[in-house]
Amino acid sequence: MNGNPLLSLFGYFAVLSLFAVGGANAAIPEMHRIAVDVMHWMTDRQFADNFAMAQVAPGPNVIVVTLIGYHVAGITGAAVATVGMCGPTCAMAFVVARFWDRFKDAPWRIAIQAGLVPVSLGLIAASAFVLARAADHSVYAWLMTAATAAVTYFTRINPLWVFLIAGLLGLSGWL
Amino acid sequence: MPDSAAPVASSQPSLTELFTGFAKVAVSGFGGALPWARRMIVEQRHWMTADEFNETFSLSQFLPGPNIVNFCVVFGSRFGGAAGAAVALAGLLGPPVVIVTILAGFYAHFGDLAALTRILGGIASAAAGLIIANVIKMAEPMFRRRRDFAPVVAIVGFVAVALVRWPLPLVFAVLAPVSVALAFVWLRR
Repeated sequence: MNGNPLLSLFGYFAVLSLFAVGGANAAIPEMHRIAVDVMHWMTDRQFADNFAMAQVAPGPNVIVVTLIGYHVAGITGAAVATVGMCGPTCAMAFVVARFWDRFKDAPWRIAIQAGLVPVSLGLIAASAFVLARAADHSVYAWLMTAATAAVTYFTRINPLWVFLIAGLLGLSGWL
Repeated sequence: MPDSAAPVASSQPSLTELFTGFAKVAVSGFGGALPWARRMIVEQRHWMTADEFNETFSLSQFLPGPNIVNFCVVFGSRFGGAAGAAVALAGLLGPPVVIVTILAGFYAHFGDLAALTRILGGIASAAAGLIIANVIKMAEPMFRRRRDFAPVVAIVGFVAVALVRWPLPLVFAVLAPVSVALAFVWLRR
């Protein structure tokens, strides 16, 4: 998939969406691996920047793929990446919804869901690790990550306030 | 979880309401759209009871892909078939996609500005912390149970993806069947 960037965008995101158990955040390490390590679409830093923009923009976290797509191929890239990430899983959701009542209480269905929870936990933990490594280049930046984790864990404060403070500290040159 | 505020789902959304409803959820959905979706669907518009909402959401969690996107497709199709799913999806993704595309345009022009890079860098550090907090919340009940397979699976997945950097499809193809098989045995004990 090294030829047409639109084809690569669509192909990679379509495949990766099917393994994104636990939502968009579980897919971050694979997005990073493809965009930075395999395809060299962007630097570590640019990946972290795009993730930050997706976080402060309203909407589901999955729209980070729209930003990556735009970075690679402009507005067309943004559209293609979004459709690639959401299309196949939406089609699957549409089909499975019709049969859900028939198998929702089946033991195999419950076992699949129970078995996938720890997998997605591992993937989301990997997301945090990959992002922190891409974003944190100083002791203060690591402290910012740790402080945000503590504040979010122990309080119910809106994360936007934390982002505002982090953005200002970043601007001031502290991080 | 029973919800005393809305024991019975009392109304059905039209196609227009599906679009505007999910568009509103999307633009208010900082830090996850799920709580906003629940508030609109269960508490404000009474389109579903809390139990129906949980049931539908557990289906969207069962499927791969972004949960809230799956949810909006399942919800939309339930009330308006394929057209319902399409308008709900357009409502959920349309406005955010337009907003981030504008942001991406700014970034393409000003991404080299030191000030912008510093602001985004700070936010990215915080965003990583936000995910860490979510991981701890998810891990707590799992790691508290004794002699359970789940923590081992989670740690193996983390090491394979974060440290070894193996491709996700490969890790998934090995780890998911093993974990599901263990869960099957575990649940039958």
